[in-house]
Amino acid sequence: MGVGIEVINLDAWYGANHALQDINLNIPANHATALIGPSGCGKSTFVRCLNRMHETNPLARVTGTVRIGDLDIYKDAKPVEIRRRVGMVFQRPNPFPTMSIYDNVAAGLKLNSYNNRHVLDEIVERSLNNSALWDEVKDDLKKKSGASLSGGQQQRLCIARALAVDPEVLLMDEPASALDPVSTSKIEDLIFQLKAQYTIVIVTHNMQQAARVAEKTGFFLNGRMVEFDSTDKIFTNPSDKRTEDYITGRFG
Amino acid sequence: MGEHKLRTENNLKARIRTLVDGAATGLAVLSTILVVAPLVAIFVYLVFKGAVSLNLNFFTHNPAPVGEAGGGMANAIVGSAILLAVGSLIGVPIGIAGGIFLAEFGRGTKLANAVRFTADVLNGVPSIVMGIAVYSLVVVPQGHFSAFSGGVALGIMMIPTVCRTTEEMLLMVPNSVREAALALGVPNWRSVLAITVKTASPGIITGCMLAFARVAGETAPLIFTAFGNVGWSEKLSEPIAALPLQIYVYALSPYEEWHRLAWAGALVLIALIVMAVSLVRYVTSRGVLKGAS
Repeated sequence: MGVGIEVINLDAWYGANHALQDINLNIPANHATALIGPSGCGKSTFVRCLNRMHETNPLARVTGTVRIGDLDIYKDAKPVEIRRRVGMVFQRPNPFPTMSIYDNVAAGLKLNSYNNRHVLDEIVERSLNNSALWDEVKDDLKKKSGASLSGGQQQRLCIARALAVDPEVLLMDEPASALDPVSTSKIEDLIFQLKAQYTIVIVTHNMQQAARVAEKTGFFLNGRMVEFDSTDKIFTNPSDKRTEDYITGRFG
Repeated sequence: MGEHKLRTENNLKARIRTLVDGAATGLAVLSTILVVAPLVAIFVYLVFKGAVSLNLNFFTHNPAPVGEAGGGMANAIVGSAILLAVGSLIGVPIGIAGGIFLAEFGRGTKLANAVRFTADVLNGVPSIVMGIAVYSLVVVPQGHFSAFSGGVALGIMMIPTVCRTTEEMLLMVPNSVREAALALGVPNWRSVLAITVKTASPGIITGCMLAFARVAGETAPLIFTAFGNVGWSEKLSEPIAALPLQIYVYALSPYEEWHRLAWAGALVLIALIVMAVSLVRYVTSRGVLKGAS
């Protein structure tokens, strides 16, 4: 099951660049939450702070509190543990090029020394089913490389890989921006199904996409969160002038 | 009228483009020939000079004493294989470990810069100097020439090539692949070994093969270390024969028969290197998946 995320006074830097300033919000469990805003506004940095991927950059620094469920991720846990509970899907599909489809999905478990064959088989099948890819690849699981799939299939493979470690939260950083419309709509359908089991945070440049998949939407601008509300409210009656300007296409 | 002028102008431009295109292609072909020609010439000449002296005796007999006809290089072939095995056992693991350090763990640190600089300098050290260095570091303390010391010399010569190619190949692995592993909660060291190194492994293997092929023909570092041997060596602590050494001795000798044997030895040396490299390529390319790059 998904868990809620509580962000309190979060600030983040890349070197001297103050990328996020005083972010506060509550992301509800088992819902999809969209983050919108112009390029460079800090959306990606924000999601990377939620699984501590931010700090893989040596110049990065973070202050503030992030609670995922009951866990204060900057106090109570190591990055490795958090990333197992908070899965991530990236903008460009990034399957492991030397691995088969099966090994890609099983990678998170295998590389954490989980080797029970029967359980792995089950998890791989379930994860590929959950990412709506099973029927397309079930005959080539161990024969084909993950890199041989089409872009849209690769992205669903990456979703399956993230689901296989059984996370509580799934972060998606513009998961469909490199895909064609058909693949995009498949990913969106998937997000709809997945939120029954996971808390989903999706960064998107596509406002229609935010409106279609997310119950809540946050608008970021210049490293600050301008507005966070129900998606309906944001797109029909935003409280802040800047939000209105952005969604009506006046800038960004 | 104006349209007509435009068309002739376009025609002229198109002709120039075709010409430039043809010239560029021609230059590329010419350069390819210049690169390949010496290799082909050497190989053809070797076959021409060496093949006549090749017979079963060459592979089964040791060198004959001066004045006697016949004899082969059986001990030198085996000796080269042993020296290269010892060299690879030393050079490949150290080189790969160094490359992994440079690309994955030490990036941007002073130590990494020092290691990289040292490797580049080591790469430029003349092989005869390497021989003398190993002579004073290994042979003198041990008190005798040995196969082991020859292997050490070859191994040290392999390190910089293996190290720098490993680094280059690891740096070519896209960062997104590293991030994918880290985002799954895989510890960094494990992600490096199981994902990054594995992704770069075809290139790393090529680097090892290059280093191997380079030292396989080295003579100078063996003169003061492996020393050479007219018979079989039974231990790594004894002097050992090697193809390049044997070729060197035979080529400098005044005997026509030995000159022919030297040619044959050179041919065999090149053939063995080609075979070893192909074998490694074949073995490591098996089990590669469809569509994997």
